[in-house]
Amino acid sequence: MSFIFDSCVMFFSLVIFFGGGWVFFLKKLFRDYEVQHWVVLLIFSVTFALSCTMFELIIFEILGVLDSSSRYFHWKLELYVTLFTEIVVLPFYIAYFTVSNIQMLPQARYIRVLLTFIAWCGSMYFFWKIGDPFPILSPKHGILSIEQCIGRIGVIGVTIMAVLSGFGAVNYPYTCMSYFVRPVSDADIQSLEKRLMQTMDMIVMKKKRIAMAKRDSLLHSGANKEQRSIWSMVKSFTCTDNVSVLKEETRALEELSRQLFLESVDLHNEQERKEYLKTFKGKYFNLLGHFFSVYCVWKIFMATINIVFDRVGKVDPVTRGIEIAVDYLGIQFDVRFWSQHISFWLVGIIIVTSIRGLLITLTKFFYAIASSKSSNIIVLCLAQIMGMYFVSCVLLMRMNMPIEYRSIITEVLGDLKFNFYHRWFDVIFLISALSSIGFLYVAHKQSPLETEVKGYTT
Amino acid sequence: MAAIDKVRIVVVGDAGVGKTSLVHLISHNEPISHPYWTIGCSVEVKLHEYKAGTPEEKLYFVELWDVGGWSAHKNSRNIFYNSVHGIVLVHDLTNRKSQQNLRKWLSEILNRDSRSQSDEGEYDAEQFAGSSIPIVVVGTKLDLVQPINEKGNNLRLSSIADECGADEINLDCKHVRHLAAGTSNAVRLSRFFDKVIQHRFHSKDSTVCELYVFV
Repeated sequence: MSFIFDSCVMFFSLVIFFGGGWVFFLKKLFRDYEVQHWVVLLIFSVTFALSCTMFELIIFEILGVLDSSSRYFHWKLELYVTLFTEIVVLPFYIAYFTVSNIQMLPQARYIRVLLTFIAWCGSMYFFWKIGDPFPILSPKHGILSIEQCIGRIGVIGVTIMAVLSGFGAVNYPYTCMSYFVRPVSDADIQSLEKRLMQTMDMIVMKKKRIAMAKRDSLLHSGANKEQRSIWSMVKSFTCTDNVSVLKEETRALEELSRQLFLESVDLHNEQERKEYLKTFKGKYFNLLGHFFSVYCVWKIFMATINIVFDRVGKVDPVTRGIEIAVDYLGIQFDVRFWSQHISFWLVGIIIVTSIRGLLITLTKFFYAIASSKSSNIIVLCLAQIMGMYFVSCVLLMRMNMPIEYRSIITEVLGDLKFNFYHRWFDVIFLISALSSIGFLYVAHKQSPLETEVKGYTT
Repeated sequence: MAAIDKVRIVVVGDAGVGKTSLVHLISHNEPISHPYWTIGCSVEVKLHEYKAGTPEEKLYFVELWDVGGWSAHKNSRNIFYNSVHGIVLVHDLTNRKSQQNLRKWLSEILNRDSRSQSDEGEYDAEQFAGSSIPIVVVGTKLDLVQPINEKGNNLRLSSIADECGADEINLDCKHVRHLAAGTSNAVRLSRFFDKVIQHRFHSKDSTVCELYVFV
């Protein structure tokens, strides 16, 4: 009886998350596009709902809600469906839409399905090959076990997580803090805009000359049809010569106008940042940025230590914190009670910030690269990334929970070498953070303001 | 050449609807071979005979300023909207959202002087009545819409064209026949250019009264 009740609860929450994913897709992601293939929307919402219910099960685990055996059953069910979506459904549809988009191939339906199937088999092969160089599993597992699939998804997901964390850890202080904002005055922007408009006027003038030359040559060739004299031939020859010279000059000027426009966009963005920092919200985030940059430096330092000294944390932060409180500070309190509550809050905050952070990043990414042709493919790729990200989130979260709550994850996900994933996360995080620092440093130095400050003529 | 007057028409719409293809088709009478994403603004020039076939026939330069539609570049686009004599609103017939976004584009042009523009700036009918710049609404990618609708002219009549009293043209920028001389599209486009020139240069002797009906 309680099993049916638990299933109803899970189903109800699944529907809620499904609705949430649906609304997010329509209102935020596909803001500028019309939905033509409803299957895309469906798959995205299903992936989102499955990931959210997985997190919900962790929370239920900590709080002790629902019956233990039904929790275990739902865990297994969620995992199987998620894996099926990630490995079978999403790659298939991505391949299908990619094949449909390529203009050169014949568009008959069966050819499309056939090519999709071939592409899917190819992607399966590469997916399998990914797992080979990594020591993911203990040798006692068979070939087609669930741990094989989770292990591989885990590798890809952890890599994505670490890259995003590394970049975010460096980029967030950079964008928030006023120290990095470059001084931009109105006069700078106006002088740049004046240059841009002068370039545009020159382009217009040249194009007018080309248009007049074409019109003249049309009139002349119409009038002199009978008299193909040497003079008219020479005239038409120099005319086309002029036109091609003008076209070359126009192309160069157009390139220049594009450069100037991009610089103008840059300057406007800097000015907006400066004005944002004057507002109350901006100041608050500026302060937060200072703290966060300290945290980022500490995290990079810890990652280096972990790698160099081959350290893997055995104790989660909650238990460690309680130990410190009890042993060193002498505070006495009910360990079990507080451990549960603190774990709940900690894990809850981690989950919410991960989901929110990922959705914001995906949205930004989508706006930057999507176009009307590729919108379906990109959103399906984002759904795949999202699924893998959340599975790896669950994997890594094991480390942040006390031992009594870890057991369910260990049981469900099987006997993976969890330590490997943490080490892999540290390595990729370090690489990502260091390369982001290098990249931002170069971009900062190469900005037009820096070059102008150094005394180039404007 | 110095004696020929010019008018400036700005071509706006969401990214990827086909503004560059449209402008190339109008000015060069042939479809564009390799369209690229427009960064900033690209200009094309067309020689237009104002009131062709009448004794008042005169040659004018029509400058078509094709502004890139990326939302990331929104803050720097204002300089292209100065002294505009005509507006071409372009939307994609396969994507209804691009048509709904035309209001935002119109309000962006009309509000170019205000420094801080909110993202959800809506087009204000009264504001438009004050400026009365000629407008035409163009729908592209006609070939990708269901073939049934190609003949029927009532495929999703755009409400914004209704509100502004603007003409509507639906075409496919990959084929010249949509703008060939004598087609209704070419006639409407020519009429639009005449309206722009008239509004710019001959507004004193304009006998046409523009009536706008607002809900």
